[in-house]
Amino acid sequence: MKNNGMSIIVRTVTRFVYGLIILFGFYVIMHGHLSPGGGFQGGAVVASAFALLLVAFGSTGLKGRLNLHWLQTMEEVGALSFLALAFLGIGTAFFYNLFANSGGFLFGASVPTGSNAGVFAAGGLVPLMNWAVGLKVMTGIAAIVIIMLVGSRKEETE
Amino acid sequence: MRKVALFVAFLFVGAFLLLGVADMRPFGEPQIADMDDYYIANTQREVAVNNVVTAVVFDYRGFDTLGEATVLFAAVVGILALFRKPREDER
Repeated sequence: MKNNGMSIIVRTVTRFVYGLIILFGFYVIMHGHLSPGGGFQGGAVVASAFALLLVAFGSTGLKGRLNLHWLQTMEEVGALSFLALAFLGIGTAFFYNLFANSGGFLFGASVPTGSNAGVFAAGGLVPLMNWAVGLKVMTGIAAIVIIMLVGSRKEETE
Repeated sequence: MRKVALFVAFLFVGAFLLLGVADMRPFGEPQIADMDDYYIANTQREVAVNNVVTAVVFDYRGFDTLGEATVLFAAVVGILALFRKPREDER
């Protein structure tokens, strides 16, 4: 059995937990405007699940699941959507929060001042920017990990 | 000789650090807190976000976050340029 992954224990545990890690990462991104965390942190958590898959199953583990070109495209989509969201409020200022307290359906609700549990549908551009940056970070770090693993493997065989 | 010089340098740096510790303000009482007070007082009203850190990162200091995203982009592009497979005619 030609396989450069790790032992069957690691692979079995990885099969159990990698979905939960991805789910937790998306939770951190989604609630970035309410709880600690945000786009950067949640994206790093999701990317760590991809890194775990790579370590446990070896370079063949992600073949057919994650495409490097797709990852790079999604990273640029995240970066450009972050820039576009920043340019939305250019009428007032760069990075002006256009949707906050607007009352619209897109995160436009207001938050009562003082201690409270937070309102999910509030924050204006902040949750949307969280998603953009989260997409960028998760695909970017996953691309870095995959590129470095494939590159080092190639040098071993040469 | 080399060890003595290292030890003297160690003593100097340590003395400076200890002097700095003696001059430190007590925990939780910064000298200038105008910006912090403004964020804490106005974030919920202006940005409608409970997480003040996220409000600072994505709203008040959004330009800084753009720079961080650019750093990540540059890292990905640099690593791709370093590790990419060379084409046949470049070998």
